[in-house]
Amino acid sequence: MTAARPPSGQRGEEEELARAWSSPPGWRSLSAVNHRPMGRRFVGTAMLFFLIAGLLALLIRAQLAVPENDLIGPDAYNQIFTMHGTMMMFLFAVPVLQGAATWLIPLMQGTRDLPFPRLGAFSYWCFLFGATILVSSLLLGMAPDGGWFIYPPFSSRHYSPGPNIDFWLIGITFAEIAGVAFAVEIITAILRTRAPGMSLARMPLFSWFVLATAGMILLGFPPLILGSILFELERAFNWPFFDATRGGDPVLWQHLFWLFGHPEVYIIQLPALGLLAMYLSVHCRVPTFGYAWVVAAALGTAFLSMGLWVHHMYAVGIPQLSLAFFAAASTLVAIPSGIQVFSAIATIGSGRPVFRTPLLFACGGFLFIFTLGGLTGVMVALVPFNLIAHDTQFVVAHLHYVLVGAAVFPLLGALHHWWPAAVGRQPSERAGKWSFWLLFIGFNLTFFPLHHTGLAGMPRRVYTYPAGLGWEWTNLLASIGAAMFALGALLFLGSLLATLRRGAARPPDDPWQAGTLEWWRTPPPVYNFRAIPQVTERYPLWQQPGLAAAIGRGEGYLADPQGGQRLIAITSEVEARPEMASALPGPTWIPIITAACFAVLFLGVLTQVYPLAVLGGIAAWIAVVIWMWPDPDAAHPPTVRATAELRLPLDRGHHQAPGWTALWLTLAADAALYASLVFAFFFLWGYAAQWPPAVAAPPSLLLPALAWAPLLAALAAVWWGEAAIRRGDRGRLARACWIAVGAGAVFLAMQASVAAGLGPPERHARDALSHFTVLYQGFHVAVGMTMAGMVALRARRGDFAPQRHLAVRIATRFWSYAVLLWIVGFPLVHLAPWLFAR
Amino acid sequence: MRGAWLAAPAALALAGCEGAQSWLDPRGVNARETLDLWLLTVWVSAGVMVLVTATMLHALFAARWRGGRRWRLLLIGGCGVALPAVVLPVFLVSSLRIEWPYAHHRPGDFVIDVVAWQFWWEVRYPHPEGGPPVVAANEIRIPVGRPVRFNLATEDVIHSFWIPALAGKVDMIPGRINSARVLAERPGEFRGACFEFCGLQHANMAFTVHAMPAEEFEAWLRREAGPAPPPATEEARRGHALFLQHGCGSCHAVRGHGAEGRVAPDLTRLASRPTIGAGMLPNTRGSLAGWIAATQQIKPGANMPSFNQLSGPELHDLVSYLEGLR
Repeated sequence: MTAARPPSGQRGEEEELARAWSSPPGWRSLSAVNHRPMGRRFVGTAMLFFLIAGLLALLIRAQLAVPENDLIGPDAYNQIFTMHGTMMMFLFAVPVLQGAATWLIPLMQGTRDLPFPRLGAFSYWCFLFGATILVSSLLLGMAPDGGWFIYPPFSSRHYSPGPNIDFWLIGITFAEIAGVAFAVEIITAILRTRAPGMSLARMPLFSWFVLATAGMILLGFPPLILGSILFELERAFNWPFFDATRGGDPVLWQHLFWLFGHPEVYIIQLPALGLLAMYLSVHCRVPTFGYAWVVAAALGTAFLSMGLWVHHMYAVGIPQLSLAFFAAASTLVAIPSGIQVFSAIATIGSGRPVFRTPLLFACGGFLFIFTLGGLTGVMVALVPFNLIAHDTQFVVAHLHYVLVGAAVFPLLGALHHWWPAAVGRQPSERAGKWSFWLLFIGFNLTFFPLHHTGLAGMPRRVYTYPAGLGWEWTNLLASIGAAMFALGALLFLGSLLATLRRGAARPPDDPWQAGTLEWWRTPPPVYNFRAIPQVTERYPLWQQPGLAAAIGRGEGYLADPQGGQRLIAITSEVEARPEMASALPGPTWIPIITAACFAVLFLGVLTQVYPLAVLGGIAAWIAVVIWMWPDPDAAHPPTVRATAELRLPLDRGHHQAPGWTALWLTLAADAALYASLVFAFFFLWGYAAQWPPAVAAPPSLLLPALAWAPLLAALAAVWWGEAAIRRGDRGRLARACWIAVGAGAVFLAMQASVAAGLGPPERHARDALSHFTVLYQGFHVAVGMTMAGMVALRARRGDFAPQRHLAVRIATRFWSYAVLLWIVGFPLVHLAPWLFAR
Repeated sequence: MRGAWLAAPAALALAGCEGAQSWLDPRGVNARETLDLWLLTVWVSAGVMVLVTATMLHALFAARWRGGRRWRLLLIGGCGVALPAVVLPVFLVSSLRIEWPYAHHRPGDFVIDVVAWQFWWEVRYPHPEGGPPVVAANEIRIPVGRPVRFNLATEDVIHSFWIPALAGKVDMIPGRINSARVLAERPGEFRGACFEFCGLQHANMAFTVHAMPAEEFEAWLRREAGPAPPPATEEARRGHALFLQHGCGSCHAVRGHGAEGRVAPDLTRLASRPTIGAGMLPNTRGSLAGWIAATQQIKPGANMPSFNQLSGPELHDLVSYLEGLR
């Protein structure tokens, strides 16, 4: 097909590229899936929530400006501080960096889009719908009021009967799903879609930081997703996971929350520090000093972050020895942080710094504010001092120094730095510098005095405080500082928005003389790169002279869209050798429709209209099936022309396609969730006050044991099907898959009757966990059945070949995983009376 | 230098100009030792801030660094890795030497049970003659120089128990009994409060602490263990009748006065406490009357309803009765 095409001029190819990559205008742009509109939407929406949450912070400071203030009553105050924390963490800090990564990673890595554009769009819509549900509670006056950590039992139905906490659980779970989808997509993008030649060692530092972050999201969000589901089950159906009177334990929630909550701090921090490393080197006009050190620091932080969660729970009453371990691990984080700080200083020292706005944000925000927050972090990691500072204003000061220093200041610098590339306008240096000083002075004025207030004994989360305890002056100063900070933030964002007006200054190409690929043309064209470049250096625009011009001339890979396809190169994980090409989908409504179906499901749960929830669930299932239903294999050419000499296979159905990478990442997240569930069993066994449940006789094992037969039959069937397609036998593949579907159905039916024989889930936490485990298993078998059914139907129409049957391989691996889950789950549920005896 | 700002709290601490709820004026062993540890970390931190700020300013304003790559590597390896690797173990070891507040019970510890309720504190002392525990509320008295172990529990949600002047805080969690072991070194009167967000009136859940010389404490406890004195005046007797008639006794207890409620503060010695409403108001006639008539205006969300149906004279009698409970 492509060979027959007449040779066309440069112009023609460029126009065809622009056509292929453009999104529809007007309201139909909601169907866009390109990474740049998605990234912009993520960042824009998150900044909006930043402003709302900031407004809430001003209300807090207004109330606390003087003692015994009666501006805001306790009920409103509790909603305000809960929503301030919740929104800043979940609706601003994480999504804004998700957006930055979504926008920047393909550009920095020299490619045209993320590998799964529809997943990226789905992630955005999930975030938007979840956030809308959560924020709507503020307007309804029913906002969550249990603190951003919503500890039970205070947030359980008994003490919080209204829907406030349900808004939290549902909105946040929705947004977390967006986070996991993002993590799967961005890890695949970083590992598999870098420009040819951009080996791991040549990757921009930002990619490393995002890779580490996405790994943390993948393993850190699932515990909270599990916790939120369990909590909602407890609130809605009285399943007592966290109820100490029925075998649960409120501390279990704290573990699940902080298993997420501590990595969360670094999930917020690392991408921002990655951005900072990139633009600091630009404004110092040298490569970042100590690349390998910084990469090691990012990965080390991510690794350590998984072992720190207990340092939010020192006061819970945890054995001394474990506390010593967590204290040591917590202080260790100082080392990777120290490396980053001194690497930044060494970079400045080895370069010729230019005093532009981003440099100020890097030095004042990161080097000064974050260092101070890190030092108080070492203090609170020490157990005796932690027990003093915990839940006082000292911790308020500490956490704001860390998060604002390591995330907000670097991020604002990044907004200024990438603004010319993102919107094609040059931001004002004068406004940028003024706003920096307002923000910097305002911030320190707000939070530095609070260190003292905390040690003078002022708690957090109080709506009022008495006079005469030595807290008046510092609180007043903090309130004045907060106003100044707000002024700075308004000036900063206002001056950026002002550049959007007609006739504002447009930037020259590469206004900062940067070294990485996103600056090859400012702003980059809709298709990102005229051709996907061959990269041989870490800072291609600095170290590969003439590269930008060469890209412009179409020298590189996949310059020709070959019939209007959205082509990107798929490369090997380490060396980035070009392996195949991917033809990405264009604008489609399916991501927003799928997310809307999930929204219906979640709204049904929120309003306790469960038929609506079931309807939403079924609709979501149908939407996903439609989404995953591809064109026939026969409609696509097996290879495309990458360069004049090189043809690359298309990734469709290819064994090593990005979908293969994504499978393992998804299973990793799922396994993290399951591991949290197993942890819940063992934790309650060890610590719950009422354990084990009083049961007359252990349930019969006969039916549960028999249920293994259909499960293993289904597994054998799908593997038999894969063996068949390897020999090209589509008919046998289809038959095998139908057998798997049938066996799966038998398993589900048997499980349903097994579940009926388990104790009622309201009786005891162990029963509730058993029921949940059975449900979770059923869900996986149902997903496996869906996959097998789709494979069978596709085989019927002639899809799949001996060398191209990725969907079959995914189905077999998924079924193997589902069986593995039950190998763990079966003893938890059915041998519990013996396994979890005390 | 900016780093010196960090030392400001230390300087203030030494000046001793602190409120009653401050940790910076320690009276207990754990609080004092922890303050010493913290001051060590403050001075080291101040040094690090000076180091970071100075090298940063030098990097920004000096001409390009000479010495090149070797010096910069030394900066990362030395300041970023070696410095914390040396300092952190010192901090950790010093912190491990401090006895943690929820250490094991030892014979000879004086045991006090504290139960947290939304939004007040129940305190139970062992009866000096082995009788039922002596119950009080929102005020804790302890002997100086003798280790005291608090058994900490909650009746509803999670609370956290902290007396800044004495020791670190410990959470009170449903289904568990935690403990805090403190040793007061100097007598004094100070405040403690709830430090885990627990609801509408989390801000108003404080208590007073008296650290008393041991003999004084024992005398006080012997007296405390007895019943409340009978109402002495006509007004107080009418007040007592009103107290029972309006059902106050179904929540509150007054030993020896026919009121045995357990879900609200024990009022046997109400008049001897310095504050009412869990540290909210000074214990005066006016605030007592106001509290009874307008509880929900003063402390919205507390479990006591406003008794605004009482007439002025009735309120007067009731307060007279309560003022005799000492």
